[in-house]
Amino acid sequence: MRHFLDFEKPLYELEARIEELRNLNEQEGGVNLADDILKLREKANRFLEETYAQLSPWQKVQVARHPQRPHTSDYIAALVDGFVPLAGDRNYAEDPAILCGLGYLDHHPVCILGHEKGKDTEQRVACNFGMPKPEGYRKAARMMTLAGRFQLPILTLVDTAGADPGVQSEERGQAEAIANAIETCLNVPTPIISIICGEGGSGGAIAIAIANKIFMLEHAVYSVISPEGCSSILWGNASKHKTAAENLKMTAQDLKKMNLIDDIIPEPLGGAHRKKKTIYHNVKQTLLQALEELAPLDSETLQQQRTQKFIDQTRQFVKN
Amino acid sequence: MNWLRNLVRPKIRAISGRDIPEDLWIRCNNCSQMIFHSELTANLHVCPHCQHHRRLTASQRLSILFDDKRYEEIPLPKVHSDPLQFRDVKRYSDRLKDAQQKAKRTDGTIVARGTIDDILVVSVCMDFSFLGGSMGMSCGEAILLASQTAIDSKAPLLAICASGGARMQESMLSLVQMPRSVIAINRVKQAGLPYLTLLTDPTTGGVSASFAMLGDVAIAEPGATIGFAGKRVIEETTKQKTPDEFQTAESLMKHGMVDVVTHRKNVKKTIAQVLRIMLKRAPNA
Ligand SMILES: [Zn+2]
Repeated sequence: MRHFLDFEKPLYELEARIEELRNLNEQEGGVNLADDILKLREKANRFLEETYAQLSPWQKVQVARHPQRPHTSDYIAALVDGFVPLAGDRNYAEDPAILCGLGYLDHHPVCILGHEKGKDTEQRVACNFGMPKPEGYRKAARMMTLAGRFQLPILTLVDTAGADPGVQSEERGQAEAIANAIETCLNVPTPIISIICGEGGSGGAIAIAIANKIFMLEHAVYSVISPEGCSSILWGNASKHKTAAENLKMTAQDLKKMNLIDDIIPEPLGGAHRKKKTIYHNVKQTLLQALEELAPLDSETLQQQRTQKFIDQTRQFVKN
Repeated sequence: MNWLRNLVRPKIRAISGRDIPEDLWIRCNNCSQMIFHSELTANLHVCPHCQHHRRLTASQRLSILFDDKRYEEIPLPKVHSDPLQFRDVKRYSDRLKDAQQKAKRTDGTIVARGTIDDILVVSVCMDFSFLGGSMGMSCGEAILLASQTAIDSKAPLLAICASGGARMQESMLSLVQMPRSVIAINRVKQAGLPYLTLLTDPTTGGVSASFAMLGDVAIAEPGATIGFAGKRVIEETTKQKTPDEFQTAESLMKHGMVDVVTHRKNVKKTIAQVLRIMLKRAPNA
């Protein structure tokens, strides 16, 4: 069952009509409805093209959160060969909200980790809806250190509403765990490549996105706070989420303009979830190219480049 | 005793009959008792009745920390005030202008150099009264400047935190200050210099989840709220009330997240003691 977003209502109606005609076509062999179906299909595609060419920031948030959008587990299944999932922070627990492991990307041995939101209700609950607890960040830091020890490039996939806000997470040091993950990212001697695939929610996202190269999918978003959270703090209630989304300048296009990301990975027409093969291909090509570019750099240069990249960020807004 | 003071004090005021300005008396926002302003200042802005540690401005904080209340303020680089042209019910540029006029500075954060018990120390000090101490581009630049100043002066770095977190109105431009601040303190650590943190009320959000939680030694003031997510967000998300002793300096110490929780009057001494040992100096006579 395909999930339609509120602004996709005309498309939903077109698809329903197409489905109806298809059934009719099969039943009554006499009448040929192929032409009508083709016309409706063209109309649907035109709608998608026009709508997705000018999504508003809030609509992008909706697409980025689409339940059928590929998640870290999907990317790993599609792109990584011989994947060995690795678990646990060696301290307190295993946190399924961050998926980690080793594998091959087109013969390149890599370490891959990312937020996992889960596909169905059961998985979503198990993954805490992609909101990691301190043990998730400690596991990520452990994995990056491990990758560093064996000169494995690290690929991180970002897709979270944010770090888990809970009493136990606070007591186990959520703040320290995130700070430590940031510090680890900065000190790793191997290449880190990050892709913001869906939602880049605040500190819980950036904790694993301090990379040599940072990419965003065309309809992904990345910001300091969710539009709802921003609205409730600054406007006093969550109803101004659309205005907040515009103000937060959280789209890939905005962030590219500000030089906060390296590049945008194009999505198939109508979003990554509509043609997963295409997005897997685009993501893979981006990763391979980035790996190739970073391969000749020694560990010192890699660390330096990563640090300098973040030192340079926002420097364009410092006056001399 | 408290009820007696409560009764007696305003009476003195009435008897004296003179025109005493309203601000000579301050009501403690924790125990509601009246405190003489001069008494409060003498007590480092800690309530003499309930020991509630009131929030300090950055300059108040620095003057009680540095020897003879003297320190050199290192000027911050100027940053573009509102590149995102953020507007909620008010323009961010207007909010910022108001705060700047009130504080008579471009940002709340102060970078200072001076001696603490004869030890040269560089401090980056936040100010909650300036837009909630929020960390934006200017604060990020302040931390980098403090780091460079500490390294150039071969002096330890002391971060004094008082912040609700990242500055929302700068969105991603403020979020990236988290890694930038960590780079800054990493450089101090790599130079072999001590990095100490003083966590005051409040230290939360993107500030606690970056440089605030990475001190070689972390000192916190009693009762300070320290944590990542806000209490309201936690209660709304989990649909549960948070426990009484939650996200306080004391509970953080219990959970192993800070080294020392000590009364404001002991903070300076504790910092000096730790630094002397780290720097392999003899104890102060
Ligand atoms: Zn009191």
